[in-house]
Amino acid sequence: MPYKIVTKKVLNPQIFLMEVEAPLIAAKAEPGQFIILRIDEYGERVPFTIADFDREKGTVTIIVQIVGKTTRDLAEVPEGAELLDFVGPLGMPTPLEGIKKAAVIGGGLGTAIAYPQAKKLHSMGADVTVITGFRDKDLIILEDELNAVSDRLIITTDDGSNGLKGFVTDRLKELLESGEKFDEVIAIGPLVMMRAVCALTKEYGIKTTVSMNPIMIDGTGMCGGCRVTVGGETKFACVDGPDFDGHLIDWDSAMKRSRMFKEYEQRSCDEGHCRIGIQHK
Amino acid sequence: MPNMRLDKNPMPEQPADVRNKNFLEVTTGYTEEMAIDEAQRCLHCKNKPCMQGCPVAVKIPEFIALVADGDFEGAYQKIKETNALPAVCGRVCPQEKQCESKCVRGIKGESVGIGRLERFVADYHMKNVKEKTEKPVLNGKKVAVVGSGPSGLTAAGDLAKKGYSVTVYEAFHTPGGVLMYGIPEFRLPKDIVQKEIDNLREMGVDIETNVVVGKTITVDELLEDMGYDAVYIGTGAGLPSFMGIEGENLNGVYSANEFLTRINLMKGYKFPEYDTPVYVGKNVAVFGGGNVAMDAARSAKRLGAENVYIVYRRGKAELPARAEEVEHAEAEGIIFKLLQNPTRLIGDENGWVKGAEVIHMELGEPDESGRRRPVPVAGSEEMLDIDTVVVAIGQSPNPLIRKTTKGLETNRRGCIVADPETGKTSKEHVYAGGDTVTGAATVILAMGAGKAAAEAIDKELS
Repeated sequence: MPYKIVTKKVLNPQIFLMEVEAPLIAAKAEPGQFIILRIDEYGERVPFTIADFDREKGTVTIIVQIVGKTTRDLAEVPEGAELLDFVGPLGMPTPLEGIKKAAVIGGGLGTAIAYPQAKKLHSMGADVTVITGFRDKDLIILEDELNAVSDRLIITTDDGSNGLKGFVTDRLKELLESGEKFDEVIAIGPLVMMRAVCALTKEYGIKTTVSMNPIMIDGTGMCGGCRVTVGGETKFACVDGPDFDGHLIDWDSAMKRSRMFKEYEQRSCDEGHCRIGIQHK
Repeated sequence: MPNMRLDKNPMPEQPADVRNKNFLEVTTGYTEEMAIDEAQRCLHCKNKPCMQGCPVAVKIPEFIALVADGDFEGAYQKIKETNALPAVCGRVCPQEKQCESKCVRGIKGESVGIGRLERFVADYHMKNVKEKTEKPVLNGKKVAVVGSGPSGLTAAGDLAKKGYSVTVYEAFHTPGGVLMYGIPEFRLPKDIVQKEIDNLREMGVDIETNVVVGKTITVDELLEDMGYDAVYIGTGAGLPSFMGIEGENLNGVYSANEFLTRINLMKGYKFPEYDTPVYVGKNVAVFGGGNVAMDAARSAKRLGAENVYIVYRRGKAELPARAEEVEHAEAEGIIFKLLQNPTRLIGDENGWVKGAEVIHMELGEPDESGRRRPVPVAGSEEMLDIDTVVVAIGQSPNPLIRKTTKGLETNRRGCIVADPETGKTSKEHVYAGGDTVTGAATVILAMGAGKAAAEAIDKELS
C-alpha cells in the first residue's frame, strides 16, 4: 500500500505539515489518536499525532517538528513522494463527551496536536478557550485554524514579540484567578509545560487531561517501551492512552524515561544512514 | 544395515568466542555426507513413535529413508506434505521434547537428529531447486487471516492451496510474527523466513501489512462489510508481562519484546546504519529461563555486554528453553544465576537502573503444573551490579481483538476459547489458533493449529 504525501506545507522554520493518503486510517481516526510511520527500509518507527483527517478524501494530516534524525529526514521527503509505512489509528480517542466549557492548552508543536480536540469540542457545541504558546511570533502556527474552532484564542509568546508575553500557564492562571470555571482542561505539549499546567489546575480542582508522548516502537501494546506510571500503576501509553489524568502522572519518571536514548539520538544525527540524494518515488 | 553408532552427527557451528560477537547463524548445517550418514541411523520402526511426537505428524521415517538414498528433493516434498515451514521448524522446534524424545535410538545413545535432517533437506531445496509455484484455481470464496506469524502463514498457505482467496492482515510493517521480530538472526536467518513468505505470495496469498485489526479494521467489519466468508485469528501472545517489582520503569529496563524487536525487526544491531537505537550496558541481567530469555541474553552479549546473567527462579533441569539454546548460551559465556529471583531494581539519580536485588530460592512441593514450586530462602538477598535489565518472564495475548469483537469468548487469561480440533470459536465463521488460544507455546504447535483450522474452514465453506 502506498502512502502518498498529497500536500506538504512549511508552517514555520521548524514545523511542517504533511497530508498523507491513508483511507483506512482516515475512516476511523478520532481526536487524540496517532499514527506510526517509517520513511524507508532503514528507518525507525516514530509516532505522530493525527492533527487532522478528511474521511472523504481519505487523508490524514500530521504536523512535524524537526528535532532529530527522522524528523529531519522526513522534512526532505517532497510532496508527491511516498512513505514506506504508515499505520493507525492507534491509541484511544480523547474522551470529550459531556464537556460544556473547556480550556485547550497547546505548547509549540502541541498546538497542532491540540487542534483536533478543539475542533471536535467546538463542533459539539462546547465553549472552547484555546491558550497556545510559542517562543516568538515567527513560530506561531495554525492561528486561523484555531480561531475558527474556538470561542476565545489566546496566543502568548515567551518574548512578548506578538504583544502578549509569558507562558501558557500565566494566561491560564489569570483566567482561573478571575473566577473563570472550566469543566476540563486539556493540555498538550512538552512534558514541563504539561506538568506546570497540572500543578496549577490541581489547586483549583479542575480535571486535566494530558497527552503523553513517551518513546514508542510498535504502538500496539506489544513491548511496553511507552510505559508511564499513572496513579502508581504502569500503563502503556500506546494502548491505554496517550491521554491520561494529568494529576495522576509520575512526571519525574516520564521525564527521565524520555531521555533514555539521548546519546544515541545525537549519534544517529551525526553518523546515521545518509538519505541525502536518495531518489524518492 | 543401519548405522549403529550411538551418538548423532554433531552439528557444525561457529566457534563460541567468534559467534558471540556476530549475528550470523550459529550452526552451519549438515553436509550431504553427514546427512546421509545420520539418516542411516534410523531403524525405520514399524510403529513410528517419532511421528507421534510431531505436532504436524511429519512422515519422519519416510523422509529420512529418502535422505539416506541421497534423494534430498524427494525428502523435501515428503516433509512439505504436512509441514509448511521445514527450514524454520528444523531450526527452532524443541525436538528433544517432541519427535526426538520418542526415537527408539534415544533409549541407548542419542536419538536420530531428526530436526537437523529436516533443516538440511529444507536448506538443500532452497539452495538447489528453483520452484515454480502454481497458482491454485480459485473457488470464489474469501478468507481473512489476522496475524502473519507461523500459525496465520500456515492457515493462509493451506487455504490458498485449496483455492480460497486469502488476505493476511499484519499489524507490523513486515510479516512473519515472532519469526521476524522475536527469534534472532543467529538462530533463524531472516532471509529464510522471507523466502517462505515469498512462496506464499507466489501462491496468490495477499499480505496487507500496517493493518491493526481492532483499530484500522475490526473482525466484525471483515465479515459484515468486506465480504469474507471466514476469519482465522492467529494474533499470538504478544503482550509482555512485567514482574510488578519496584524500579521496573527505570531507564535501561526493557521487556524482552521491546529489546528483541529493536534488534531483530528494526535491525538495531546495525545502528547507526539503521535508525533504531538499542542501548546495552556492561552488565546485563535477563529475568526468565525460556527461549526468549536465551535469545535476549545471547543478543546482549553480541551487542558487546561484558557480563550477561540469566536470573531464573528454578534450577537448570527446569529451564523451559530448548536444551540446545541453553548449551549455546553457556558456551558463549552467559552466566546462569539459577534458583534466584529479583525482588527490586535500584536506580541512580538520573533514573537509570544500577542494581538488582535478588533472593535465593529452593524448590518445594510440586505445584498444579507438576513443577516444583520455588520458595524464597529468608534473608538470602544479595545485590547484583547491573546497568541493563531484560524482563523475559512471559507474554499473554494482546487484548485488542477480544475488546473489539462482538461475541468472541475468551478465558480468564485473555486467551480466545477455541475447539482444539478445529479452531472454531464462539463466534460464527471465526476460527483461532496458535498462541492466542494456548498462550505462549511453540512455532510447530501454532502451525499445527493453523493447519487444523484451514481444514475445518474448508469443511464449513464447501
